[in-house]
Amino acid sequence: MALHCGRSCRQYLLHLAHDHVDFRLPEIKALLSLRGRQFDPSENFQERSPFWRLNGLSEDDARSIMKRTVCGKSVFELWGHGATQTELKTSLLEYPAENMAPYLKQESTYKINVYTFNKTLLFKDRIEKIDALDFLPFEGKVNLKDPDHVFCLLEDYGSDPNDIPEKPLYMYFGRWIADGQRELIRSYSVKKRHFIGNTSMDAGLSFIMANHGRVKAHDLVYDPFVGTGSLLVACSHFGAYVCGTDIDYNTIHGIGKASRKNQKWRGPDENIRANLRQYGKEHLYVDVLVSDASKPVWRKEALFDAIITDPPYGIRESTRRTGSHKDITKPPDDFSGESHVPVSMAYHLSDIFTDLLKFAAQHLVLGGRLVYWLPVYRPEYCEEMVPMHPCLTLISNCEQTLSSHTSRRLITMEKTKEPEETDALAHLADPRFRPYQGHNSFREKYFSGLTKKSSREHSKTSSDGGE
Amino acid sequence: MKLLTHNILTSHVKGVTKGYPLLIKATEVRVNEVEFNPQFVSRMIPKLEWSALVQAAEGDLPSSLIQDYENNEEFLRKVHRVLLEVEVIEGCLQCPESGREFPISRGVPNMLLNEDDS
Repeated sequence: MALHCGRSCRQYLLHLAHDHVDFRLPEIKALLSLRGRQFDPSENFQERSPFWRLNGLSEDDARSIMKRTVCGKSVFELWGHGATQTELKTSLLEYPAENMAPYLKQESTYKINVYTFNKTLLFKDRIEKIDALDFLPFEGKVNLKDPDHVFCLLEDYGSDPNDIPEKPLYMYFGRWIADGQRELIRSYSVKKRHFIGNTSMDAGLSFIMANHGRVKAHDLVYDPFVGTGSLLVACSHFGAYVCGTDIDYNTIHGIGKASRKNQKWRGPDENIRANLRQYGKEHLYVDVLVSDASKPVWRKEALFDAIITDPPYGIRESTRRTGSHKDITKPPDDFSGESHVPVSMAYHLSDIFTDLLKFAAQHLVLGGRLVYWLPVYRPEYCEEMVPMHPCLTLISNCEQTLSSHTSRRLITMEKTKEPEETDALAHLADPRFRPYQGHNSFREKYFSGLTKKSSREHSKTSSDGGE
Repeated sequence: MKLLTHNILTSHVKGVTKGYPLLIKATEVRVNEVEFNPQFVSRMIPKLEWSALVQAAEGDLPSSLIQDYENNEEFLRKVHRVLLEVEVIEGCLQCPESGREFPISRGVPNMLLNEDDS
């Protein structure tokens, strides 16, 4: 297969990590859109493959994406590809010599790596494969430690670890350009963070959320269920100014019982601001406030560039709202006695999402994004259950399985219209705009699924001949 | 609490229609040095209620927005200082209509309402 013409027709090979597979495409698309680019894959594009061939990009575009992505491992300028050794060779010989020349000069040094997906190769096999490429006009010297240019032969041995073929199903060869940001998953690990809670988001997912949300430098980002601020930490890494609110006084002030094993109480340097300071981002800290997300405290205007949040599911931390005496639940653990949640009312999950979407429609800038997790009871899930709003357009919906019967979905929406008075009546015209049903008993269903009672009920239903 | 936040906060006490801006009653204020970012300040200015900011700034800012502020570094630096460097550590915010007070402690405002005023 020929890779023809000049700079503009170059193909780039994106090598992705085999992690959070469903979240990768929306991440890459969001990052491309930050560069004003469309996602333009080659023919035979397979979303679940670790190798994506992309068109319509410049090298700068590719580098910019790698500066943000945690799903992408590396990107290469693609010189050749094929299903067999012969096809690969033909493809490489057809690649314009003038495109290769700048990187093969006599004065420069180089190295060739071999990467195999779903197979371990012996050292001698690697060497053999590199030697098989000696038809390429490399003029410089090999330098394994610090070469000027790095090249890579990537081989795809399929996706079944129990059925690994003798020969690769597909091969690529290209010039390495840049690595992605997977290192952030380690360096921002929650294990090393000063201040954590039971529901702190793992680093990889928090960066994915910031990317889905197109968070960028000079933005103002808000999290209405901020907890320990893990999402704000990720957003600040990309240069955004951050603020958040939470109904829990102790979490906001960083006091009370610690979540770490072997630690009883939180120390003096454990709060959201301290987390930002830990990563050198304190200058991006705006404020955190104690506030009830169902009763917004902000001016009713387009204030935020993005809203990135993980609302409570009602499992580990129960959902709360200030209000009347109807459903008095256990008073919150209150270290200092200053907590000001007068009465906790069960905040029905359906209301959380209705409120959140309405809030986003009013307070996001046009083009700004809302990214949030939606807890799902899998046996009853259907796409129509995803909350909608006339001012917000659904961009992506990615599932992360939590158990056999529960999962959470990362929903990304973009504000495409300013709110009008008629929007309050939208649900009358279209049932999808109605308050979200099906989540009110999420907490109940989550726990019932784990008991024997539930399984007995299931067998009873089937023996009754269905519904 | 930074003055940027104060500028976008409003009273949500039940029945209140003129809950903005909240009155600042500060007992402890701190001024820190925060890295100046002209782009962020320029982008924030259109979202701000200028007169409320001038009032909160107590004399440090001109009463009306100057023209072509995006290119005026001196002006942007003044706005930056007011928005991000001045912090109310202790005190409260008062709803201008109902008189309800929201305490600020350790730099964090508590906006929670009781059953009677929500």
